[in-house]
Amino acid sequence: MADAHKLEILRGLIKFKSNTTKIWGVLILLTIVTAVEVILGIYKPASLMAPFLGMKILNWIFIILTLVKAYYITWDFMHMRDETVWLRRLVVWTAVFLICYLLFILLQEGGYVESVYATEFVKRDF
Amino acid sequence: MDTTAVSSGTEGKTWGGGNQPMKASYGKMMMWFFIVSDALTFSGFLAAYGFSRFKFIDYWPIADEVFTHVPFLHGQELPMIYVAFMTFILIMSSVTMVLAVDAGHHMKKNKVILYMFLTIIGGLIFVGSQAWEWATFIKGDYGAIQTKGGNILQFVDNEGHRVALRDFATVEDKERVAHKETNGIWFMSEGTQPTYTMEEIITGLEANSDILVRTQTINEEGEKTVLSRTESLRQIKENGRLVVEGANLKVNEYGSPLFADFFFFITGFHGFHVFSGVVINIIIFFNVIIGTYERRKNYEMVEKVGLYWHFVDLVWVFVFTFFYLV
Repeated sequence: MADAHKLEILRGLIKFKSNTTKIWGVLILLTIVTAVEVILGIYKPASLMAPFLGMKILNWIFIILTLVKAYYITWDFMHMRDETVWLRRLVVWTAVFLICYLLFILLQEGGYVESVYATEFVKRDF
Repeated sequence: MDTTAVSSGTEGKTWGGGNQPMKASYGKMMMWFFIVSDALTFSGFLAAYGFSRFKFIDYWPIADEVFTHVPFLHGQELPMIYVAFMTFILIMSSVTMVLAVDAGHHMKKNKVILYMFLTIIGGLIFVGSQAWEWATFIKGDYGAIQTKGGNILQFVDNEGHRVALRDFATVEDKERVAHKETNGIWFMSEGTQPTYTMEEIITGLEANSDILVRTQTINEEGEKTVLSRTESLRQIKENGRLVVEGANLKVNEYGSPLFADFFFFITGFHGFHVFSGVVINIIIFFNVIIGTYERRKNYEMVEKVGLYWHFVDLVWVFVFTFFYLV
């Protein structure tokens, strides 16, 4: 268990020699992703401000990059890559399913309340 | 009479005990279960934040304008730099933690001690940074006026740069005594008074013809709406009610009070996790030093606190995105 680390990331694109070098490699990856996020957040390129599926493209980019970071933290720092496939599914599927459900309900409701405030005449009890 | 069952007849069977389902020890699996449930708590908070933000999508504060401060660099607008630094510190301490776990797998006690120590230092820097961030947020910067309806009106000059209350309010020479239980009605008291009164703001605004009011409404360019001069004066005179400096759970000079509430609650809950993570790390650190795991012949305990520590980092990645970026 302890020594059986899977040492490749990015679907085998990069393969590290040891677990230690893999950790540093993942750090570099996470740092690059964070730097991209911060630079995009400071400069906010006008071309990415267009709406897409209810949100600005920039916000979608931020969310996707966050999920990328979350993946590498879980898979490499928390050793999810080395766990059995069912432990992985148990943790990831449960969390992902419940979180998506919760997000859907709350964001849908928030958007609805906003639309009532903005366009309808009802100001309370709706 | 000794009736304790010596043999249950199930040894070696799946449910016979001593088994490790999914090749994870009991402690590790329970840590994973805890992490799943804690992740759901945090996503509950962030989803609630999303709910409130979607509800007031056109009136929400712009995070870039709120978190612009960096220690030792007064008066400079540097959005995100400090949070990026905090993020990096936390990722870095995650790296030292995973290096400690790795050293533990190879039974290298001294390396585990070194890396655990660095992890704890990283955690302390992060908590300290967060305390500074809170202090700055609570203290506020420019000040604003709250209207009767609870909206926040801020001040800008002709070019759209923010103007602080202290830059234009006419200070009158009178002291407003705070109503304490000792000097007024014995069962009533009031908190700290703002530096300026409404009258001082109004006369100051009338005297400075280049100052305009900025509302909470976000226009089509994604910026806050700036009112005309006449409308600015009218809004302040007719609707202005309260001078707001900084933020607390009731009022917030940056905009919607909910923004401050969620900021305190979510970053506070996360900061509490980091703090408890540091405490747990310190306990394990001393256990490593006195050789507990050396005698136990495995460093799984380090791995388990490592899981918790990485989880704290994982949550911060999301808080960073949804509070500061999106």
